[in-house]
Amino acid sequence: MANAFWCVVEDDRQGAPKKVMAEVLGEAARLSGGPVEAVWLTDRAEAEGAKQLAAWGAGKIWLLENAAFAPYRGEVWAGALAALATREQPRAILGAVTTRQRELLARLAARLGVGFSADTVALALEGDSLVATRPVYAGKLLAKVTWARTPWVATLRPNVFKPAEADPAREPVVERPSVAIPDATLQLAERREEVSTGLPELSEAELVVSGGRGMKGPENFVILEQLASVIGAAVGASRAAVDAGWRPHRFQIGQTGRTISPKLYLGFGISGAIQHLAGMRTSKIIVAVNKDPEAPIFKIADYGIVGDLFEVVPALTDEFKKLLGK
Amino acid sequence: MKILVLIKQVPDTATQVRIGADPRAIDPTGVTWIISPYDEFAIEEALRIREKRAQSEVVTVSLGPERVKEALRSSLAMGADRAVHVNDPGLESADTLLTARALAAVVKQEAAALVLCGRQAIDDDMGTVPAQLAELLGWPSLYWIMEQSIDAAGERIRAGRQVEGGLEVMEAPLPCVLTAQKGLNEPRYPTLKGIMGAKKKEIRNVQAAELGLTADPAQLSVVTLQALPPRPSGRIIPGDVKDAVRELVRSLREEAKAI
Repeated sequence: MANAFWCVVEDDRQGAPKKVMAEVLGEAARLSGGPVEAVWLTDRAEAEGAKQLAAWGAGKIWLLENAAFAPYRGEVWAGALAALATREQPRAILGAVTTRQRELLARLAARLGVGFSADTVALALEGDSLVATRPVYAGKLLAKVTWARTPWVATLRPNVFKPAEADPAREPVVERPSVAIPDATLQLAERREEVSTGLPELSEAELVVSGGRGMKGPENFVILEQLASVIGAAVGASRAAVDAGWRPHRFQIGQTGRTISPKLYLGFGISGAIQHLAGMRTSKIIVAVNKDPEAPIFKIADYGIVGDLFEVVPALTDEFKKLLGK
Repeated sequence: MKILVLIKQVPDTATQVRIGADPRAIDPTGVTWIISPYDEFAIEEALRIREKRAQSEVVTVSLGPERVKEALRSSLAMGADRAVHVNDPGLESADTLLTARALAAVVKQEAAALVLCGRQAIDDDMGTVPAQLAELLGWPSLYWIMEQSIDAAGERIRAGRQVEGGLEVMEAPLPCVLTAQKGLNEPRYPTLKGIMGAKKKEIRNVQAAELGLTADPAQLSVVTLQALPPRPSGRIIPGDVKDAVRELVRSLREEAKAI
């Protein structure tokens, strides 16, 4: 439908949509005033996954299920998605900030010749225009941007938008359109899995525990991992800790790492260099623990404890265990 | 093999950026400009490919005003062979798509076999131009590369991209666009000899018309920049560790409802 808001599905590669889709679908419903539809490119869709998308408010699910969609290849996905968008003329195409979609929606916008707002943190309709708010200079400033024409293409930052309430009574309406799928030039040679920490992915986590120079060495991060496993948090690190080789770069929070907006951020032994603050200051609640009462991180923290993290972290782990009955 | 590295000049990470008189842009007063850090990984990787392959050339390309020449000069000091500066006031408010179009024209003009970029520029934080460039050229692209190797014939590349939960090693025919993630390599510092030598290297100036670009309107434009809303002031929880921790957990549960 020509005035539909489309939500491009990010899934777990096992046939289930990720929970960030509740946020994308919720925001689409808030803005749309018309149809909200999911577009799902996958090599395997599970019926449960379609039900979940419907429960989150997808009035229709455009399902493009084909072996060519695994592994993710931007050239293949963007071509198929653009063909469908050209035919169906949606008003907006929204996705989530993930490793695949940051590239996919940029390619799609180029193919369609329209604007693209990456890493959006707010959307608002102003008359017939959509205005997006996105952090720039690693979150030191915000930019409001707008599109010259539709479809409006944007990726939404996880944990920022209000998720849709799931209504399991909604039955999925699935349409399998026939779309030409471009030939792939990229081939998967090998996939190397990380040793799973059992903890959530940093950029999607609702709770984040983070350590800095005050951790004193790589061996001490185990106390943060223990704390994180009690509350179900991801473990991050400051640039100082990463540059010292204590943690791999994928755990770095800040201007040259990940930008995160969790519900709760707990920083230990992090002074709060401007480039670190840029990466986490949009967290809803910030807790800082540092020996130095003058540490800049206390200026943006909701709660602070001036003290030795090697005493505070184990005490905090115990207290959370008691609270959560673990 | 000709390798193009697309670089962007951005304010230093330690810079306190301020909104300018025109609220759509920052105030350039007192800003220290650097090559965007991710782009340095791209330059370094290109230099390492050249060191392994005879008859290779590394060309850095940047779009922006006159000051961008300093960034290009730094890339020449690191070891790039020459540079191209897309220097046209008509492109001043270019969005990612217009930027990608201009850069695609340079890539075609130079007949590059490989384009390397940083994962994102740390000013706009879009990470969009490389994908759009690849789309316009009809090339494959691989984002967030942690390793790469090119076959002896110079026809295929194997590159490991960072994805959620691991690394996907992909194979692609050249030409191809790659974006560099931190950890790909350790960028070199320019040597004194490199800095002196850079002064003699060519920086070719090109304008939009020479690239065959028409004056198209931007598809995405900045309405205004805004300061961040201030965070409400927090509190330091006093007392010994045990009491402070107990009070913190109580506050997180009852006041903040964060856990």
